[in-house]
Amino acid sequence: MGVKTWIEEWPVYRQLTGNDPLGRAAAVKSRRSATLAPRSATADKVVKSICPFCAVGCGQNVFVKDEKVVQVEGDPDSPVSRGRLCPRGSSTLQLVTGSAREYKVRYRRPHGTEWEELDLDTAMDMIADRVVATRREGWQWKSDDARVRRTMGLASLGGATLDNEENYLLKKLFTALGAIQIENQARI
Amino acid sequence: MAECHPVGFQWVMEAKARGATVIHVDPRFTRTSALADLHVPLRAGTDIAFLGGIINYVLANEKDFREYIVAYTNAGTILTDEYRDTEDLDGVFSGLDTEERTYDFHTWQYEGMEVQAASGQRDQEYEDHPGTKKGRASSKSVRQSGRGEAHGSGGAAIAGEPEVDPTLQHPRCVYQVLKRHYARYTPEMVEQICGVPQDTFRQVCELLTDNSGRDRTSAFVYSVGWTQHTVGVQYIRTAAVLQQLLGNIGRPGGGIMALRGHASIQGSTDIPTLFNLLPGYIPMPHAHAHMDLDSFIEGESPRKGYWAEMRAYTVSLLKAWWGPAATPENDFCFDYLPRLTGSHSTYETVMAQLAGNCKGYFVLGENPAVGSANAKMQRMGMANLEWLVVRDFSLIESATWWKDGPEIETGELRTEDIGTEVFFLPAAAHTEKDGSFTNTQRMLQWHHQAVEPAGDARSDLWFAFHLGRRIREKLAGSTDEMDRPLLDLTWDYPTTPLQSHPGDVEPEAEAVLAEINGWDAEGGPLSSYEQLNDDGSTACGCWIYCGVYSDGVNQASRRTPATEQNWVANQWGWAWPANRRVLYNRASADPDGKPWSARKALVWWDEEKALWQGHDIPDFTASKSPHYRPPTDASGAEALAGVDPFVMQADGKSWLFVPAGLTDGPLPTHYEPQESPVPNLLYSQQRNPVRQILSMVHPDDRFQPSGSEPGAEVFPYMMSTYRIAEHHTAGGMSRYQPYLAELAPEMFCEVSPELARERGLEHAGWATIVTARNCIEARVLVTERMTPMTINGRVLHHVGLPYHWGQGGLARGDSANDLAHLSLDPNSHIQEVKVGQCDIRPGRRPRGPARVELVKEYQRRAGITEHTGTEI
Repeated sequence: MGVKTWIEEWPVYRQLTGNDPLGRAAAVKSRRSATLAPRSATADKVVKSICPFCAVGCGQNVFVKDEKVVQVEGDPDSPVSRGRLCPRGSSTLQLVTGSAREYKVRYRRPHGTEWEELDLDTAMDMIADRVVATRREGWQWKSDDARVRRTMGLASLGGATLDNEENYLLKKLFTALGAIQIENQARI
Repeated sequence: MAECHPVGFQWVMEAKARGATVIHVDPRFTRTSALADLHVPLRAGTDIAFLGGIINYVLANEKDFREYIVAYTNAGTILTDEYRDTEDLDGVFSGLDTEERTYDFHTWQYEGMEVQAASGQRDQEYEDHPGTKKGRASSKSVRQSGRGEAHGSGGAAIAGEPEVDPTLQHPRCVYQVLKRHYARYTPEMVEQICGVPQDTFRQVCELLTDNSGRDRTSAFVYSVGWTQHTVGVQYIRTAAVLQQLLGNIGRPGGGIMALRGHASIQGSTDIPTLFNLLPGYIPMPHAHAHMDLDSFIEGESPRKGYWAEMRAYTVSLLKAWWGPAATPENDFCFDYLPRLTGSHSTYETVMAQLAGNCKGYFVLGENPAVGSANAKMQRMGMANLEWLVVRDFSLIESATWWKDGPEIETGELRTEDIGTEVFFLPAAAHTEKDGSFTNTQRMLQWHHQAVEPAGDARSDLWFAFHLGRRIREKLAGSTDEMDRPLLDLTWDYPTTPLQSHPGDVEPEAEAVLAEINGWDAEGGPLSSYEQLNDDGSTACGCWIYCGVYSDGVNQASRRTPATEQNWVANQWGWAWPANRRVLYNRASADPDGKPWSARKALVWWDEEKALWQGHDIPDFTASKSPHYRPPTDASGAEALAGVDPFVMQADGKSWLFVPAGLTDGPLPTHYEPQESPVPNLLYSQQRNPVRQILSMVHPDDRFQPSGSEPGAEVFPYMMSTYRIAEHHTAGGMSRYQPYLAELAPEMFCEVSPELARERGLEHAGWATIVTARNCIEARVLVTERMTPMTINGRVLHHVGLPYHWGQGGLARGDSANDLAHLSLDPNSHIQEVKVGQCDIRPGRRPRGPARVELVKEYQRRAGITEHTGTEI
């Protein structure tokens, strides 16, 4: 490689002398980058989705390869967002595939000082047992002579980040349990 | 809006590019202010004075849209002569019971009739209804129960027709009452109270009124900056009064837009995980002796408008939940619904946890240890539970407080002493499940599953379904009456095997959506709530969502590109009700059904076809002529005239004056916040007299002195909490992500250069912020974005506090909500965190028990007792 070629391959030189003064396109291309393809181009499928952060409801395209989410981008078709995502929405890939995700049930026994591991099936069974017992303990048929048919033993908080179908099943189940202290972020 | 809803803000910019004027009213200069034509800083907590001032300008200069208000609002309706205004009673309305701290609304009624709210505090009138069986539930507990989130709003005549003066001259007509109510909200008063210079204020008045009328409309956008106050509902009401006067409701480019903060917070209000509601804003029944379905309906529903069909909505819901077990003979299992006795909001729940009555707690995708007011109370409540279940992506503060919470550090709690058993279950992400979100404009959008959740992560649909299944299995065979609602529950949803978890199944979200939509006697999907019957022949899980699965098609998953349809874009997703995009859009046409102007046409009456037509789907009976007048004995939708656009309302009209449904007055009135450095300049009544506090008095929730009271000077600065673009609410979805954590890595406070000088605060140094509840530390951002204001002859400073942080995650810091108190709006039970008083001092806060001691020292200096700030 001659000196001239060597200098001309230097991105800063190309940025200063070429027609890409901001260094966002041709100036920063290399032989390696020329062979790269975006993850969105090599994905097996694109799944239509909606941003999970705020309530604007921006459209998202979720790119999947080998049964893994490899990229999340704004959906240009959406009349709400026209393909845009904000800093939060743009971080969706990290939200759904990143290091912060927990994949194991954790259990802290009463007075315990550390988390312990617990099998999901066992955890669900223990929770169901506690709901049944606490519900009964806090049961009221009457309050001030009026029939109330309820339990004051248990409560729930959350729903604004959940799907409508999830809120529906939760409200249906808690109401059938007689639990009334059911709330979510909408109150806050 | 540019901070919290950046992508929505692109449309504001689009409007600006097409000539719209953007006004930003906010105590701080933000990214929104940077792009607005005019930024108006005002003192936090004074919006009613500001908006009331504009109302006064509109009325004094007759800038109202007279044809619109005469035809579509209750401006001409005459009130009873028993009504007394805040002008007559120095800041309170007639009907105030100072012992109970509630209003009796009866003197707020229309002349010659009683009106019932169809949302809000509907059950207020239960005992008045001729058809209800009288019980002994106190009216106070009913008023406290917070019926309805007042979406849609409305009410109905119990009997009679209101007296109306279309000339608006009668001294007791709403228009004249309104005029007197706001007469003293002058530019001078606005300047004194809000700190907005008179010239700037007049400029806002002129811009707004010049841009409203036949040819032009103006929109208001708000968020929790309006709701999180002891008078939050009345903030929004003030905007509603103003927008009605200007004719900006039900018209394109008009309205009052609530920008909501979570992907489906609107959905979780429509299908409410809220104590006071059933799906579709049907109220949860309040306990009355001997109440059956008939008396519930009679007590809660009006005669006129779509709420008159509440029996059909309720019976269809009961059929969806209890299926064949719900029969006409057993009142369709109405008795299975648990009953309310007063408020059971999240803050009462915390009090019940502290009292030891509430022992089990589910926290589902929410982080109260950071995100709720007086977050210490939330943590102390959880420390007093028997068991806690947290479902989230990460180990958020609400899951880990027992080992690393602030109270462990101060020594107020010791891990080994805490008996709470904690289950953390990892949640599935939106990419790992099918389901719908309802966005802030009431639009349902379906997200499709891309991959299955890994490890133990599962959807909340899975969690609810399997928890219910297990409980039902455990109770199978029980003959105990208390278990009947569980055992009779329809819970047989179709499932799909999870490929990566052999033996495990996921319930089908679309089957749940189909139940929400409802079906007829043959099991066919319904297409409209107008098909719902009250005889048990239809089932529907949420009447306002009826139609989202019409023709058996998931309408929420429709995705016709924006470029392939008109600007209303109603082939994308599905909006309730009936896919209408602008509510009450009948008001976009004049009484004869013609658009107010060609430029602002949205829907119109087509005489030839005898149908309503338009760009949007008319929010009106399609074949009802503008000239239709109901027979006197008509009821329900039939009783609405062709000129009654507000179809959920008692009188088909929009309400400038609210005769029933609000707990704290028929007209918005300026009150100072719970904690304020200034006295109320308009009335001797300092605060909202019926704000909710008394059930909340607790040693960890002391209030501070206000105005000129001794000790108020100990907390000389105003504070306000808010959000920034880089983080999401209480941080569970952002502070644990490396990218977002890096963008905004730690807690900070914003102060003006003047305040920094006054208190010796250094940019990028540390400050400690103190209230009577707690003290926190934050990095100092000295910025001219914070403006000192001259209020009542005194310079006042705001301390800006973003509230995203906690001790967990990658971006950490103290939580601003630890400073907040539990003084609530009496209608919505929402806490006042948008305005408060504090002290700020340089340096980090004390560690260990000294942190608690510092707060106690401030309490002593300010002379704070359990009674401070609890005056009516």
